[in-house]
Amino acid sequence: MPLSKQEWLALEKKAHELRKLCLQTTQWAGSGHIGGGMSVMDLLTVLYHKYLNIKVDDPKWEDRDRFILSKGHAAIAYAPVLCDKGFNDPEMLKTFNLSGSKMGMHLDSNKVVGVDASTGSLGHGVSIAAGTALAARLMKKDYLTYVVTGDGELGEGSNWEGFMTINHYQLSNCIVFIDRNHCMIDGPTEEVMKLEPLADKMTAFGFNTVTIDGNNIKELCDAIDAAIERAKEPCAPTCILMDTKKGAGIKTIEGNYLWHYGALDDALFEQFNKELDEDYAARVARAEKEGK
Amino acid sequence: MAGGFVYNAVDQTEVATAEIYGKALADIIMKDPKVVAITADLAKSTKLGDVLKICPERVINVGIAEQDMFGVGAGMAKAGMIPFISGFSAFTSMRACDQLHTDICYQNVNAKIIATHAGTSFGQAGSTHHAIVDLAITRAMPNLTVIVPADGFETANAVNAAYDNFGPYYIRINRGFDRVLYDNMDYGFEVGKAVEVHEGTDITVIACGSCVFQAREAAKFLENTDGLKVRVLNMHTIKPIDKEAIIKAVLDTRRIITVEDHSVIGGLGSAVSEVVVESGKACAFKMLGHQDKFAPIGLHEDIMSEVGIDANGIINAVREVMKKDFEEDDNWDDEF
Repeated sequence: MPLSKQEWLALEKKAHELRKLCLQTTQWAGSGHIGGGMSVMDLLTVLYHKYLNIKVDDPKWEDRDRFILSKGHAAIAYAPVLCDKGFNDPEMLKTFNLSGSKMGMHLDSNKVVGVDASTGSLGHGVSIAAGTALAARLMKKDYLTYVVTGDGELGEGSNWEGFMTINHYQLSNCIVFIDRNHCMIDGPTEEVMKLEPLADKMTAFGFNTVTIDGNNIKELCDAIDAAIERAKEPCAPTCILMDTKKGAGIKTIEGNYLWHYGALDDALFEQFNKELDEDYAARVARAEKEGK
Repeated sequence: MAGGFVYNAVDQTEVATAEIYGKALADIIMKDPKVVAITADLAKSTKLGDVLKICPERVINVGIAEQDMFGVGAGMAKAGMIPFISGFSAFTSMRACDQLHTDICYQNVNAKIIATHAGTSFGQAGSTHHAIVDLAITRAMPNLTVIVPADGFETANAVNAAYDNFGPYYIRINRGFDRVLYDNMDYGFEVGKAVEVHEGTDITVIACGSCVFQAREAAKFLENTDGLKVRVLNMHTIKPIDKEAIIKAVLDTRRIITVEDHSVIGGLGSAVSEVVVESGKACAFKMLGHQDKFAPIGLHEDIMSEVGIDANGIINAVREVMKKDFEEDDNWDDEF
């Protein structure tokens, strides 16, 4: 069913709250991977507030959908989502990155409730997702696996091994997202290590590849709806190539690779909060205009 | 015990060690729908033939992609299955080292790694296919139990133990046929407990894998020719290592030799020496194994001879260590 205007607006509101919580967590931690956290926040919001079949009161429920954050450094966004959802005490966010915390820069699935895989070393999530999806097929379960990689992360050859497996076994129950924010630590992806033509590469690897604006909630939902429809039978898996902006929502840092990881002082914190409010106002206006 | 399936002497003499693994796994897979075999284009080489015959849908072949093999295995284990991941030791430990560390051990998933073609057992393939550093790598990984069976019977015991106990296991077995150490499976195998395969009070040889048979042969020879009583311990579990048996060997015999088809850096010898040093008890100590050199190309038995980890090498080492003098008294207190 197409996304209603009301649902769209509700998701925008949640995404805004979570962006603010991500920013707040960055300030508590002193610094964080705020750029890649903001670029993937719209996806995290729609998955955790519309699509994932999960139970907060039974986080290990064996029939739950799986979500694997292969770009594990986006934990600065993921941890607020999990706390806000109720899996963990939001007070834990005040300890993010600090000595003795259960929440490090990359989340540990044995310490943080709701995390399906311990990631951080790049290039691991796709194969793990292939494993959970294969297990669903073998055990005749209907749950879906969602996995998101960074774009720079695709330099790790292991991703392509995993893509081959997902295609070979026609794991349409494994939906792959690529957060194409065009930035790596050392610069723009196309300067550090060329990825284009990325959509063609994914198609050549057997994926039904869909390119969307990954910071547009309506486009995200439409693409996920179509991928879920395809997941009902084994067939070519779906890759949703999300064109995003690093630091999405904070105008000052949007698209700037230097904000892969950054620290905030009080003045920046205030300024970024204001920019998030302005961005949210623009998003609401768009949803009001385009929503049905 | 998982199986109830018993392997007999015919299996041991006519079936390669890895084939015993394949049979043991087939037995487990028939009983438990959660068990799955994963391989990277080595189903045939790692002897998954029996599993393929009875349950082909539960053999997942990921192609020549060890990193993917471990990731897929970790994902399946996370989803409640029990993957037995098999590949050559050289590649399971080195090519996929990060995945073994992070996906399997850090997440502490219930996955079992069967690392075949261990040590120099694929000798003619050269150093690309020798695994002489895998114990150093795997032994250092938290949560991982590391076992080096001495023959096919012990391989079956190790596979059953891995199935019976939750957590990641690394079981390192040889290519081809191993000399038969035991008469049957019933000799009291227990993870983390060394097995004495030859009694002795003059010196202790602590060995693992194919070197255990060689050590026992050396002990028999030395008893007849030199009148020496050589204790031989089959230290099949490298981690957690049997500290009690090691310290008892120090106190009883005060001379220890370790033997392994692995580098002397980081493997069995290192593990034993850590226990000895921490105990504060002095003893003469010698480590036999690959002496920080890549091994030559050749048949396994020829390489073992050249490296000095066969019966002859062990005999020479025992004679050398027996020449070392110690204080006459048994008072350990004055040695601190």
